[in-house]
Amino acid sequence: MKVPAQLIFGAALSAIFLAGAAISFFWTPHDVTLLSIPEKLAGPSGKFWLGTDHFGRDILSMLMVGARTSIAVAVVAVGIGILLGVPLGLTAAANRGGWLDEFIMRGNDLIFAFPSLVIAILITAVFGPSALNAILAIGIFNIPVFARVTRGGALSLWTLDYILSARVAGKGAARISLEHILPNIANLLIVQGTIQFSLGILAEAGLSYVGLGAQPPTPSWGRMLADAQTMIYTVPRLAMLPGLSIVAMVLGLNLMGDGLRDILDPRIRRGRA
Amino acid sequence: MIRVEDLSLSIHATSILTDVSIEMRPGKAFGLVGESGSGKSMTALAIMGLLPEGAQSGGKVILDGENLLAKSERDLCTLRGNRMGMIFQEPMTALNPVKTIGEQVAETLRIHTKISRRDAMNIAREKLARVGLPEDRFPLSRYPHELSGGQRQRVCIAMAIALHPELLIADEPTTALDVTTQAQILDLLRDLVEEEGMSLLLITHDLAVVSGLADHVAVMQNGKIVEQGQTETLFRTMRHPYTRQLFDASRHQPVRAEQADDAALLEVRNASRDYTLARTSLFGPAPHFRAVDNVSFTLKAGESLGLVGESGCGKSTLTRALLGLEPLQGGEIRMFGAPVGPDMPNTLRSGMQVVFQDPYSSFNPRWRVEQLVSEPFHLLPERPADWREQVASVLESVGLGRETMRRYVHEFSGGQRQRIAIARALILRPDLIILDEAVSALDVSIRAQILDLLADLQKGYGLSYLFISHDLSVVRAITDRVLVMKDGMIVEEGPTKRVFDNPTHDYTKNLIAATPAIPADWQEEPHA
Repeated sequence: MKVPAQLIFGAALSAIFLAGAAISFFWTPHDVTLLSIPEKLAGPSGKFWLGTDHFGRDILSMLMVGARTSIAVAVVAVGIGILLGVPLGLTAAANRGGWLDEFIMRGNDLIFAFPSLVIAILITAVFGPSALNAILAIGIFNIPVFARVTRGGALSLWTLDYILSARVAGKGAARISLEHILPNIANLLIVQGTIQFSLGILAEAGLSYVGLGAQPPTPSWGRMLADAQTMIYTVPRLAMLPGLSIVAMVLGLNLMGDGLRDILDPRIRRGRA
Repeated sequence: MIRVEDLSLSIHATSILTDVSIEMRPGKAFGLVGESGSGKSMTALAIMGLLPEGAQSGGKVILDGENLLAKSERDLCTLRGNRMGMIFQEPMTALNPVKTIGEQVAETLRIHTKISRRDAMNIAREKLARVGLPEDRFPLSRYPHELSGGQRQRVCIAMAIALHPELLIADEPTTALDVTTQAQILDLLRDLVEEEGMSLLLITHDLAVVSGLADHVAVMQNGKIVEQGQTETLFRTMRHPYTRQLFDASRHQPVRAEQADDAALLEVRNASRDYTLARTSLFGPAPHFRAVDNVSFTLKAGESLGLVGESGCGKSTLTRALLGLEPLQGGEIRMFGAPVGPDMPNTLRSGMQVVFQDPYSSFNPRWRVEQLVSEPFHLLPERPADWREQVASVLESVGLGRETMRRYVHEFSGGQRQRIAIARALILRPDLIILDEAVSALDVSIRAQILDLLADLQKGYGLSYLFISHDLSVVRAITDRVLVMKDGMIVEEGPTKRVFDNPTHDYTKNLIAATPAIPADWQEEPHA
């Protein structure tokens, strides 16, 4: 099968950041917590490949550790969305038209009505700002997304004859959902997963930017942007590097999601054949 | 006049058509008959210049002395819709759901001619009236979803004939329609050919449809025309063995043994099934729709009972109630004297299995055949230890080897899938199998094989069948007794032969009259 070019490009772009994040666990060019005021705002050089910020910290090291924060937040947030949203969606589809379906879907609408930023502010107001709270806020926002996608995919499957034969074989709704529905909507969920993953990175950057995400000294792309804001005319590099990282990572994941959908969706695959 | 000369076609080096030569005269209908994969639709697409990517064509398609195959896409676009129109099998998907029927017909006109919107709408009005949708009953502002299948097919025909094309190609135009609707659409096509002087290329798998409409017939097999000629002569002589084979398969009568005894297997007493409709007012009660209305019948052990009716008559709803998947709102269903319903015990449930119409949606695409066939074992307290052996033996009894067990269902043809579905229904050795349009989606020769298989299995296992179908010829071939259903009610019931030969209810009479048939005097053996 022909692999779409956008999938290769998107996967390569995402892989660069994943590799950077992975390497940062055991090696970074400099210690990200080490301040070195004499070397502040240095340009790119042999010692600091991408230069330093206003505290003399190495930008490349901060970007690598920042990628780690972003990816960790996005992974856990997508995980929360899948673990809670998919069962909710399956349950709603199995009880389609019933009160439980109505209850779950209206609950979803309720969560959708609050942007993740508002939920984050709420959580922060109660528990104080931290990366964990950012994860919670983004994760809660992911639940209705996955519940909707799951329910939509499952509803069209529930009308098929093989589901009817499973019912004739005496199988209950839970068993049918696990054995027949879930494997056949897995491709939908994988694609939605990559898209939510990139949205998660964007949301984490946004929350950190307003100070509701990872707290100092943990580096984060969003906070690097916020710190660089006052120097945007004098040292634009400080804002551009984390900004470009966010753009590249989100672009890479979105391209990868589109490419995966082209491969995994049998309807589109048939159209190309 | 449109002539196809020595048309050959290959797609990615696979040969699809070889030396197809046909000629369509004005005011005449030309029938192209064949089974799926014979190349009949590809012939039509080649004439329209709508071939898929990677297609290589040879030969000529001649319209007004010009070879269409040599024309550019741009030139072909002006011809399509203008000089050649086409209608398809599925009227549900051939119309744009967000445009009114008037706009859709007018659109064809406005693409090809420089007339104003108002004039285009006037012509659209005229054409829709011509196909039997007069404006006073079917305003131009109707949307496709407000029309029935037959009415949508009429809109498709109005679009195709809007510019008075020389050639109208109809690709299985009535296959998705009920028999009575089919008869009306075929009448309309016949009128159009005769009165407007168009040529019609009618593509179908149904010999009976062709015999009633076409002046000339060509029979296709594996991309070649094996026989063609004037319709009556062709039917009377049937020189080519494949033509005879098709003909025999279409009226195939499996050899069946009478074995019904008087013990009642399934008893249905005054069964009624309601659906709740959307509320029309905020606080008023939700209205109900009675899909099955006071239905009573008895199915005897070892009997084949037919249930005939058109779409929307309540057949499928009744099936789901009989299978104990949905509760009844009135009456009762008993099997071996025990009540059937959503709460029935698994032991009772395992006495009854089902085979559905669509061999493509009947199987989970991610499961292997052995998993699919063994699914009903779920009804037993535990899966028997030799379940693989049992699957292999039931697959063998439906004519599939045990090597199929590890394969996925997409590797099988429609007929083979239907065998797998029968194997799945058989594995628990049930007493009753409900066949819900189980052979309707199959080609005639495959259908004949499956009907034989069902007859053999009935003999071997002492099965009872409830054979649900809209196809009267199939019901006639395989059932002992038949029920005719209309609007949720059983309107006629009796031995199959009596009901078909001497129908008493008007609806049954209509159904039988509307079923296309090859004229009886054509069917005499010329050499007998």
